[in-house]
Amino acid sequence: MSKRDGVPLWKSLGIRLIGLTLALVVCAVIIYALTKLNPLKVYAAMVKGAFGTNKRIWVTIRDIVMLLCISVGLAPAFKMRFWNIGAEGQVLVGGIAAAACMIYLGKTIPTLPLLVIMFVLSLIAGGIWGTIPAVFKARWNANETLFTLMMNYIAIQLTSYFVAKWENPFGSNTVGIINTTSKAGWFPAIGGQMYTLNVIIVLALAVMMFLYLRYSKQGYEIAVVGESENTARYAAINVKSVVIRTMAISGAICGIAGFIAVAGASHTISTSTAGGQGFTAIIVAWLSRFNTFIMMAISTLLVFLEKGAVEIASQFDLNDFVSEMITGIILFFILGSEFFINYKVRFRRGKKGAGK
Amino acid sequence: MVDITKTFGEVVANNKVCLDIQRGEILSLLGENGSGKTTLMNMLAGIYFPDSGEITINGKPVTIASPKDAFDLHIGMIHQHFKLVDVLTAAENIILGLNESAVVDLKRVREAVKQICDRYGFVVDPNKKVYDMSVSEKQTLEIVKVLYRGADILILDEPTAVLTPQETQKLFCVMRNMKDDGKSIIIITHKLHEVMEISDRVAVLRKGHYIGDVPTAETDAMKLTEMMVGRAVSLDIERTEPVNPQPRLIVKNLNVCDKDGVARLCDVNFTAYSGEILGVAGISGSGQKELLEAIAGLQNCRDCSTIEFISDKGETKVISGMHPLEIRNLGVTLAFVPEDRLGMGLVGSMNLTDNMMLRSYREGKGPFADRKKPKKLAETVVRDLEVVTPGLNTPIRRLSGGNVQKVLVGREISMQPQLLMSAYAVRGLDINTSYNIYHLLSEQKKRGASVIFVGEDLDVLLELCDRIMVLCAGKVNDIVDARTTTKDEVGYLMTYLKEGGATRE
Repeated sequence: MSKRDGVPLWKSLGIRLIGLTLALVVCAVIIYALTKLNPLKVYAAMVKGAFGTNKRIWVTIRDIVMLLCISVGLAPAFKMRFWNIGAEGQVLVGGIAAAACMIYLGKTIPTLPLLVIMFVLSLIAGGIWGTIPAVFKARWNANETLFTLMMNYIAIQLTSYFVAKWENPFGSNTVGIINTTSKAGWFPAIGGQMYTLNVIIVLALAVMMFLYLRYSKQGYEIAVVGESENTARYAAINVKSVVIRTMAISGAICGIAGFIAVAGASHTISTSTAGGQGFTAIIVAWLSRFNTFIMMAISTLLVFLEKGAVEIASQFDLNDFVSEMITGIILFFILGSEFFINYKVRFRRGKKGAGK
Repeated sequence: MVDITKTFGEVVANNKVCLDIQRGEILSLLGENGSGKTTLMNMLAGIYFPDSGEITINGKPVTIASPKDAFDLHIGMIHQHFKLVDVLTAAENIILGLNESAVVDLKRVREAVKQICDRYGFVVDPNKKVYDMSVSEKQTLEIVKVLYRGADILILDEPTAVLTPQETQKLFCVMRNMKDDGKSIIIITHKLHEVMEISDRVAVLRKGHYIGDVPTAETDAMKLTEMMVGRAVSLDIERTEPVNPQPRLIVKNLNVCDKDGVARLCDVNFTAYSGEILGVAGISGSGQKELLEAIAGLQNCRDCSTIEFISDKGETKVISGMHPLEIRNLGVTLAFVPEDRLGMGLVGSMNLTDNMMLRSYREGKGPFADRKKPKKLAETVVRDLEVVTPGLNTPIRRLSGGNVQKVLVGREISMQPQLLMSAYAVRGLDINTSYNIYHLLSEQKKRGASVIFVGEDLDVLLELCDRIMVLCAGKVNDIVDARTTTKDEVGYLMTYLKEGGATRE
């Protein structure tokens, strides 16, 4: 086994393609062995589940851009080797800020300026949530993994508090759809579609983040700090301020994700608004090596698997575990192909004769 | 070893190399950086597996597929980077990985270790924890470890790079004892005078090819260099008289403590002049690193310390207690080639162009960084300093040690610095590259820069520098004239602190 020195693009794409094909074959065998169902029919059902109808396509797209948005937010932090496990919390506080605006300002301010206010406040809320662990890291070298994780629980408790406060109808223990009739603070439908604005905002963020990380001076600083703090200090980079600045940006984008989730998708707030996407996004960010364009492909794959899994679970009367198993196998093969891209495996002649 | 070939991707590290070693012989393996010495030895030690070729030991062809196979064949390698477990004691490290029996009989191990030590003249305390050991003690432990495992063929990869002259002598003494005992020893080193001193025979590799071997008694440094490089190389360092030396850097009462509050530098006073090379000598860990980092603004100095920088125009600027960026903004061009090249001076995973930007990425307006100028600079450095690289987009980590250093030195010199500091600039570099670096430093001196050169090879310090400042335990023991002093005097100053640590200017 030896490490490869750079792999041509077609080769790495080929390896990934082989990995994906193998994953599908293995899944097919297992599906047939366990359920005697035609695997091709199961796959067809998955595609139908995700893209079967116009409405399903748009729901799938909505979920893709949500995951993508959080992944884009995580990219700068992880590139700096700052383990931001706290996207869940950052999304939630962004969502709380957005919901608060809808509830308190929805009657007095027209939708367009209201959306701008919501955007800004969510951004600030998420930014603050991301900055707090960064300050502790910079000042006292607190472990950011644990710190950001803890901040999630605080955010969840905070959400529970506001859910209780804004309860509607009374006794339901949910906030319910906010401004059902006035639709104040809802994303306007553009081109007849509800989720167009979600897509526009997230794609813009993804492109900006790509340029920021690759071509800006600050992006360069992030890369140097992530690689070696000593080198950063040597290059006269103020490591502490870079850490804090980057986490503010990371948290802010996650806050925007919360804003999109509330204003552009669910129109309500609950403790499951982030729905574990903050953790899934970590996989997306790392698998894509912080390249936001690759993130689009990976988010699509993951959301497709999830939607397809739900569909086959209901259509074939299988329980959720089958779908989770398929997702697991496919992820395993994708990660496996990363290994084969980085390493070359050769088999050697047995060293000690047989039978020993 | 016959016809050994090993390739990494498209790079041929060893091409049909043949090598033999006799019982009771010390063989030196010589070659420039990246000529494939370590690769070849790693195949003997079972770390790499040859693509083709054959290895025979005592007339029998063998297959070495793992380090364990190597042990079984009584081959032991001492790597450049020690492979010891810090929290264990010497004795525990020695038996680590040997599954003799479930119950470890440490008492018996200590006996055996003591026997080995007595036989060859080692000093090892089996109960000492590795983290308490000095570099030389760790190395001794590594050697005892492979001997305990019954090694008859020992491979030492640049063992003297980390040792002081005195420690090197001790090591050579032990090596001679082992040789008399019938062991075969292969030593990789860049220092020609050590080759001449210790080895019986010299084998030379160049660019993966085996060039030949000669008995040491029949050759000299010039001939060996020619075999290594492929052409005659001048081994003289040109030293000009300083032209119009002016004070460039004045350090007064510099005191630096490390994180644990231990004093690393104590009342350091000196002046560095323009147009001269000030050498800094001292046993490793005497405060050299802290000194350079303090000047560069990377260490917290005590309040009483002052560092003054005097520019070409004669303006005096106080730079002590400042952040590196503040120093830069004062217009002080200070180049620094740190000891830890990939950990401090460069970013290993970045390509050549991005590494060139490290100092200059802030230049230009707007939020986006300019990559055109760094790219041109990278091209210039690659061309002028003959950097061997597949391309400008290769991550710098993939280059060999000498080429990494060339990139670093090239970038720092491109700043046209008024003050150039370098720490162990030639550590691990082959003789040809080393002399290139010396010439580059001399050119900076002629340009009027003040050069501070921290070195470990006393011969070089005496030949290259104008004055030598000797550090001992964080204090300036003396500053001597490099043209009149002797190696013995400097060596003495390195080890014995004078009364009061008086300074002579």
